Amino acid sequence: MHQKYVYIFIMFFVSFLIRVLPLTLIRKEIKNRTIRSFLYYVPYVTLAVMTFPAIMDATAKPMAGLASLVLGMIIAWFGGGLFPTAIACSVTVFVLEMML
Amino acid sequence: MNKQWFSKGLRDGIPIAAGYFAVSFALGIAARNAGLNAFQATLASLLCNASAGEFAGFTVIASNASYLTMAVITAITNARYLLMSAALSQKLPSDTKLGHRLLVGFWITDEIFGASATVPGKLNPFYNYGLAVCALSFWALGTCLGVVVGNILPANVVSALGVLLYGMFLAIIMPPARKDKVVRLLVAASMLLSFVCARAPWISNLSDGTRIIILTVLIAGAGAVLFPISDEEEKAQSEGVDISAADMKSALDAEVEKREENVDNAVAAGKEATK
Repeated sequence: MHQKYVYIFIMFFVSFLIRVLPLTLIRKEIKNRTIRSFLYYVPYVTLAVMTFPAIMDATAKPMAGLASLVLGMIIAWFGGGLFPTAIACSVTVFVLEMML
Repeated sequence: MNKQWFSKGLRDGIPIAAGYFAVSFALGIAARNAGLNAFQATLASLLCNASAGEFAGFTVIASNASYLTMAVITAITNARYLLMSAALSQKLPSDTKLGHRLLVGFWITDEIFGASATVPGKLNPFYNYGLAVCALSFWALGTCLGVVVGNILPANVVSALGVLLYGMFLAIIMPPARKDKVVRLLVAASMLLSFVCARAPWISNLSDGTRIIILTVLIAGAGAVLFPISDEEEKAQSEGVDISAADMKSALDAEVEKREENVDNAVAAGKEATK
């Protein structure tokens, strides 16, 4: 039987190392244009990949998730902002799951 | 200045906190099924700050697998944070002290990264601390409650809370996608390929974490090779990104004006102030 606290420590230690190594080792501004471009695009690509199709799996009914995605994209496109967009998506799912 | 960024972080952290609360509640249930008590589960959440990583970890604990398995699975499910950490290393002022770098790194999550990496100009670590203190206390609290009270929330409430995070992601990526056609193209390609990879046979067997890191490297890499950004473009774009509601904009402008004193940011801040 393995120790629970050892498990938790390994989880912490490995995820901590992964998170701090680049931040502590890369001290200077990277001059390479391709790498700079890559790092600039990373957040948008990652967030887009994480959002779809996961948003359809996060809800009991996939269509409700899809509808909230479309609505959220439209609201965010027109500058809806963090909190209003999130709430609109949430309300959409709540209402649709009651109706569908 | 630090204080203002901290409180802005606390405010921007509210939607993240609400989403985290729902997700971590489910995480707490998984932890209880793995045989962890409330203290152990909360400790894991406070130390690891990772949804997919913790889910995978609790699965390892439940199956009583080896410590090496735990290390490898944790590394794979958290590998995307390596990229995010590298991106943030370019976002922090280069004279940022080690302590700040460690703390910013420790508190990297998908959502905190998304909010902080798209802030105009350079990143003040206290913005991350505000986001982290607000959002991650609810992450830990939700985990704890998930263990203690189990499945008490009705399923439709869990569904509704679960999409908060995605709504927030959309609010982060859509405004720059509207302004910049390369970002727009990459966002569209990302969603399309992500959908294909999640549903296609064989590839869909990959864990979410692995799929995310492979697609991120491929798509952002293709973007970097095909559409490299010039320095001027980069500055203009990062200023154009407005991740927060319009009413927070004025606070941000005031903040940027203060930063004009900082020689490093003089150019970027100047452009922002002339808006």
